[in-house]
Formats: sequence, C-alpha cells, structure tokens
Amino acid sequence: MARLIRTEKEVEGRFETVWIVVEEDPLEQWPAGPRDVVGRPAARKDAAERVRGEARFTADIRLPGMLHTAVLRSPHAHARANKIDLAPALALPGVRGALGPGEVMGFEAEAGYAGAPVAAVAADTFGQAHAALAAIAVEWEQLEAVLDPEEAVERKLFAADPVHYERGDFERALAEADVVVEGTYRTSVVVHNSMETHQSVCEWVGDTLTVYTSTQYVWGVRDEVAEALAIPADKVRVVCEYMGGGFGSKNSAGEFTFAAAELARRTGRPVRCALTRREENTAAGNRNATIQKLTVGARSDGTIVALGGEYVLALGWGGWSTQTEGPLKMLYACDNVRTDRYAVKLNMPPMKAFRAPGFVEGTFGLECLIDELAVQLDIDPLELRRMNYAGSNDGTPFSSKNLMDCYELAEKHWERRHEVRARSDATWKRGVGMASQVWFGGGGPPSYAWVRVGSDGRAQVVTAMQDIGTGTRTAMAQIAAEELGLPLDRVEVSLGDTSRGPYATLSAGSSTTPSMGPAVRAAAADARRQIIEIAAQRHELEERVINVQHGLAISSDGNLAQPIEELLENVQILGKGARGPNPTGMSVLTFGVQVAEVAVDVETGEVRVERVAAVHDVGRIINTLGAQSQVEGGVIQGIGHTLSEVRLLDPETGRTLTTSLDAYRMPTIADVPEIVCEFVDKPDEHLTNLGSKGLGEPPIIPIAAAIANAIRDATGADVHELPISREEMLRALEAAQRKEPRGAPAAV
Amino acid sequence: MTEVRLTVNGEEHVLDAPIGASLASILRERIGLTGTKIACNEGHCGACTVQIDGTPTLSCITLAHSVRGEVTTIEGLRDHPLVAAFVRADAVQCGFCTPGQVVSAAALVAANPDPTVEEIRHSMAGNICRCGTYPRIEEAILHWRD
Repeated sequence: MARLIRTEKEVEGRFETVWIVVEEDPLEQWPAGPRDVVGRPAARKDAAERVRGEARFTADIRLPGMLHTAVLRSPHAHARANKIDLAPALALPGVRGALGPGEVMGFEAEAGYAGAPVAAVAADTFGQAHAALAAIAVEWEQLEAVLDPEEAVERKLFAADPVHYERGDFERALAEADVVVEGTYRTSVVVHNSMETHQSVCEWVGDTLTVYTSTQYVWGVRDEVAEALAIPADKVRVVCEYMGGGFGSKNSAGEFTFAAAELARRTGRPVRCALTRREENTAAGNRNATIQKLTVGARSDGTIVALGGEYVLALGWGGWSTQTEGPLKMLYACDNVRTDRYAVKLNMPPMKAFRAPGFVEGTFGLECLIDELAVQLDIDPLELRRMNYAGSNDGTPFSSKNLMDCYELAEKHWERRHEVRARSDATWKRGVGMASQVWFGGGGPPSYAWVRVGSDGRAQVVTAMQDIGTGTRTAMAQIAAEELGLPLDRVEVSLGDTSRGPYATLSAGSSTTPSMGPAVRAAAADARRQIIEIAAQRHELEERVINVQHGLAISSDGNLAQPIEELLENVQILGKGARGPNPTGMSVLTFGVQVAEVAVDVETGEVRVERVAAVHDVGRIINTLGAQSQVEGGVIQGIGHTLSEVRLLDPETGRTLTTSLDAYRMPTIADVPEIVCEFVDKPDEHLTNLGSKGLGEPPIIPIAAAIANAIRDATGADVHELPISREEMLRALEAAQRKEPRGAPAAV
Repeated sequence: MTEVRLTVNGEEHVLDAPIGASLASILRERIGLTGTKIACNEGHCGACTVQIDGTPTLSCITLAHSVRGEVTTIEGLRDHPLVAAFVRADAVQCGFCTPGQVVSAAALVAANPDPTVEEIRHSMAGNICRCGTYPRIEEAILHWRD
C-alpha cells in the first residue's frame, strides 16, 4: 500500500521538508561484512564499452540534419546590451537560426560577468556558427563591476541573507580560555573542468522534445526545460546514458540546453549546443573563493571551549550560499560556537556546487586551525581530535558515527611521522599531517526502481537514474544480484532515460547509492518474493521453506534445486521498490580522516605529496573496488585544489585568464602520491535497508588541510591560502622564521 | 575542399575536407569513429590521442591533410589486452579520457613491454583524467599481460 509521509530531505547540505509517497519498507538489513556479491570487488558493468570507446556520450550524438550552436558572450564583467542586431548573422552562409537576450532563459541583456551568454547562433557547422557571432552588432553599455569580495561585504552586496549561528556564550568562553588561536584562511576559485564539457542535443518530434544531455540529473533537466519552454514535463524526454564527469557542475539544465531546445524549435532541425573548453573555464560554474576568519579557544588540557568563524563567500553572478561553517559547527564537541556567513554577489562567473561545496573550503580552515592549536598546546594532533570528539550533532544523535574507528585505523599511518621526518635533508623537509572530515551523504526519498526477472533467469534493474562515472550502475547491479540470489553477470541495469524507468534521484551530494540502493533492494526483494510464491505453487511447498540462491530455487530439505529460468518458463516478474525515509530525529553523516606525507623544498617552495592514507566511515561498502577508486579520485582532485589549481581573473576587466588546460593546471599521473585507502565498513543500522552512505564527496574534504598540516610538521610554517603556490609556501616559511620558536616539531 | 587520404585501422579512406580540418574532426565527423574524444581541442589533455605509425599523436591539433602514416584509433585497439587490464583494474570512471589513455598506453607497451612505474608516469603524463583514475591506470599498465 502506498504510504504518505512527511520527511526531511537533504542535498549538498541544504534541507527541506517534503511530503513523499513510499511503499512499505520492511526489509531487515543484511548482516555486516562481505556477502556473495555485495561488499566485494566488482569490475564495472559498463567498463568495457567506456574503455573501448563504444560508450556514446552526448558529445558523440550525431542526428541527421543536426545544427551546431555558438554562443555570443559578454566581453565585459558587467554591461547591458542596449541594442543587438542578429540580422547580419542570419544572412551568413549555413546559419539557420539565432536568438538574442530575453528570448530564452539564461540569455539576458544585463551581462553580470565576462562570459555571460547574450545570444546564440545555430548553423550547419560549428565553424559557420562561430563565424556568425562576429556579425552580431551589440551596443554595450558598461556598468560598474564589483570584483572585490571584501568591498562587496562592506557595501552589503549579498547574494543571500547573511547567516548567523550561535550556541552557548562564545565571548565568555573565549575570555576564559587558556589558549586562543586565530587565523585567516583563504581558498581560491577552482573549476570542475569535467572532460566532457557541458552540452546538449535537442530534437523535436511533433510536440515532444528529446534532450540528450551531459547531466547529473535527468529528471531535473526534464522539469527545468519544460518550465523554460512552457510545455508539459511529460513532453520532455531526457537521455544521458554515459556522461563525461560533472562533480556538481551538471546538476541543472543550463542555458546551453534551453538555447538548443529553442533553436531546434525554430529551425525544425536537431540542434547541438556544446561549450568549448574555454567556455567551460569561463561560464560553466566553479567552487567559490572564501575568506575565513577563525578563532578557537581551549583550556590547557586540550578541551576546546570556543569556536568562532566569520566567512565571506565570493559567489560570482550566480550560485548559492554554502554551509561553509558546517565543519566548525559539527566536527568537534564545543558548547560555545558563533559563526557568521556573508555570501556576496560579484561580477564574476557564477558558482556551482563542486564536490562537497562549502565543506571542502570550511574544513581547510578549521582543520588547519585545530592543528595550530595542537602546536600551541603541545598536544598530539590526533590526541587533540580524540579529546574533543563530538557525541552528537548539536544535540541531535548520529544515526551512526565511527570516526573513532577511523582514528584507530589511521594510527599506523600517523606513527610513520617519526620515520618520515627523519628522511628530511637540508633542502627537502618532510612531515606528516592529518585532518578529519564530516559531511552529509545519507541520501533520501523519493527514488524508485523496478526489477524485471525474465524467463531466461536474468534480471534487469530499470530506473531512470544516471551513472556519472561513479560506478553506481555496478553498485545497483550488485545490490539486486545479492537480493535475488543471482550471480552478478546475470543482472543488467537500464538507466539514463526519463522515458525508460521510474523517477530516480540526482547524482550529487553523495546521495546516489544511499538513495537508490534501498529502492533497488526493495524492488529485487519484491521480485524474489514472487519467485518464491511461484516455486511454492509449482512444487506444492510452503513459501517459508523456499530460498533463491546462486540462480536456483531451493527448498530447505534439499529436494528442490531448480534453476529459476526453468521455474519461470514463460513468466516475467516485475518487482517494484521505493526508497523509504531517513531516520527521524537523527543526523545522518559521513566521517573520515586522512593522513598526508609531504616533502617541502625550503629553497624553492615546491611541495610534493608523497603518500596519503584515507580512512572513511560511510556505512556499508557495496563495491570495494569502486569505492577505492572513488577515494583515490577525490584525493587526487583535492591535491589539485591544494597545490596547483586556481582560476585567475584579470583584476581590471574581470575576464578569466586561465581558460585553457595548460593555464588551469589539473593533476596528471606524474603528480599522484601513493594512496592507501581503508574503510570502517560498518552498516548504519538506522539508515534504510542497506546501511550505506555516499562516498563521492568525503575523500576530497580533508586533503587540503592534511597537506597543510604536514607542511607545518615538516617546516613549522603555517600556510593559510589555497592553492599552496610556491609564493604562498615561501611566504609561510619566511613568516615562520620571523616568529618565536615554539615547542613544536619542525625539521631534523 | 581538398582530397585527404587516410589509412585508419587498416582501412583506406579518401574524402574531401577543407584545409585546416583536424584529424580528430575527420575521424569523428566524417569517418564516424567517435571513440576518439575531443575534450579541449587544443592539444592540452590527451583525450584525442591516436597513433600514427605507432607514435601517440594529438589528433585535435594534427591537420588531416598532413597525415602520411597509418592511423590507429581506439577502434583499432579494442581487442588489445590493455582493454581487459583497464577493466580489471577499474581504470575508468566517467570514461571520457579513457580511450585516449588506452591508445597512449598501447604505444608505450609496444615500445617497452615491461615499463617501470616511472616510465609509465613519464609516458602517460600527457593524458589528463579529471576523475583521478591514475593509480588504477598505473596498475592496469603494470599488469597489462596478466
């Protein structure tokens, strides 16, 4: 029976209360530990086609008569197109259509940043479309551009209401503290730079629009496109079977999709709109920069008594105010906390969610601050973290928290610091640092799945989710195979098409596995129940004596052991499953700790990361191989954020300077350290029929602070800014030399 | 339009294309071999890597008309043992860079069947993977014949 419930829903740290319909969700969790299929390494179901270049990405979609789109973008950081003439462009060879400001969502006369879309041209070739842009005459009126976040705070140019949070009495606790440490930390803008740029291909057949798009959320694109074009949502079909990376930047449809859809309507042809790499670096979203003024007060025994933070989020022309203070509020037991957050709107490319938005930035500041406190107190950083372990989330109990287990697993890595430091020489100083992590990742309803078991004894999971490269297709197959008692190679997953399965969640916020997994298991259990019912009737047995295992219907007395393809003959079974609610009154969070080993060249400021141990607590692990890949990928992306990646703007014009992949420096294989990955792997007993949380984001959260803290261990220098360029490293080394020597480690 | 003659994966193709067309665009748009990906289109990321007479080459910045040797794309390497090695090692996440990774790796192991970790890192440093599958790629190449 359908059941209507009111529940809290969280995505990327943003909460809302929603009514949802769920089916009964009575399944007991599987016992902890590896099972037949779940909790074991599995090669990806779709690995071969991706490796062999057969997987068809949006970039590979070629439809007959398809047109290509080029987008005219503002050259100014803030300007208004008072007059725009598309006619000369429309007269050029190959040009089939054009649109200007106000004609489709996202194309505005007021351009809020250099790169803002203003007009678009569709032509037979991209070259023709691009050439036609030069023929569009625009009369620009330049407006005042604000590029300095601190100036924007003074002028109260807020993108969202400032957020104040307070518990206890921060001022009093700080006054009574034995030790106070303050620091200002800065993080820079970094760009997702997915290998497949943002793009869509739109095709109308009658009054129905098909959108092939590189997205993290096919259902979200469906609703947004329907709204933008003022058509019913069921007239929009969204397809994304393979996509080339998103990292948070592809959660919504984007103006390129609206342009393709509208130009396809006007021209009667399929239309493709794909961002170039340079546009990707200019107008496809980024992690916003932050300025964090942090304070911690502690007693000399190590008890943290006060934590305070003032955060400035430099958002750009769009984006949202992330909970950057979240780690400071949540990671440690502290009765007196005060935070203020100011998100300012600047004339810069818009912010979009980027892998643990806010918490990556906030954890850098907090975990550096805590390490600086450890030095002041002369307490071992691991011990200090244990002493201030949070037992609840501001009074709300955790559904599960095994961070203490993480610390225990991390001990052997932390112990290496003596040996690592001893390998320092006159130039290269070596050290070890750690940082902890808290984040969401519990997923939630609604999400639905179907499981079809055919007379061939094979199962197909059908759900309109998407696999953005995280391996969720494989995880879903493993869950269904486990529940159905089938080997993994007899389960396929059909996904990536809103017309080919029920509603499924977005692939963001580390939510896909915890949201979809329980729905898939419920659907598989429904199918399994039906197989047992059929076997009972066919063989005149009681249902309770029948089990399905290794592809066989078997009776407990051993007399029946029938392959299910033989049992089912001409029958097709359809199981249905829905995601149940999250536990009420509980905080569902992921935790972890990372230990980094670095070498710093004190003469040049070069920093090398030599080893990272990542220990995470995300509930039950479904695919141990895929999980390891997720952790490695997050750590590597985080190393890029920490050491080499930065989006630079011309401070005069506001134009992006780092528009190519030689200017915007992402890690290569030569930059990768040894990465050791461990999991606590304890199911969260309060969370769904699976006990699994998400893993996409946790690994990128603590790495920057772990590296910065390792640098401190190696050199005594406090780096306060990301990326830790050679300039920042040399500045920190110089500052360290100037200050009083303190009772802490430093070089050999 | 000027005639361009290409031998791709052992097949000869004769077609007309404007001078200035990149090898990548001809492979993808004219011959239909979309396994070769274009991710930056300016020679910085390696996703478009093909082999010309066995040498890894960035097809997005190679003029189609200038190609003299035999072109091998990922479609010509689908049965290479590296493919299975990449699958086993989980050396693929989103998979957009992966065909280019395999083409580069195939050139490496052809020249040097037992590369060291350092040699792998040197040879593969031109192929960017934003998902960060590098440790898995290293493992796949180290064990490509297993």
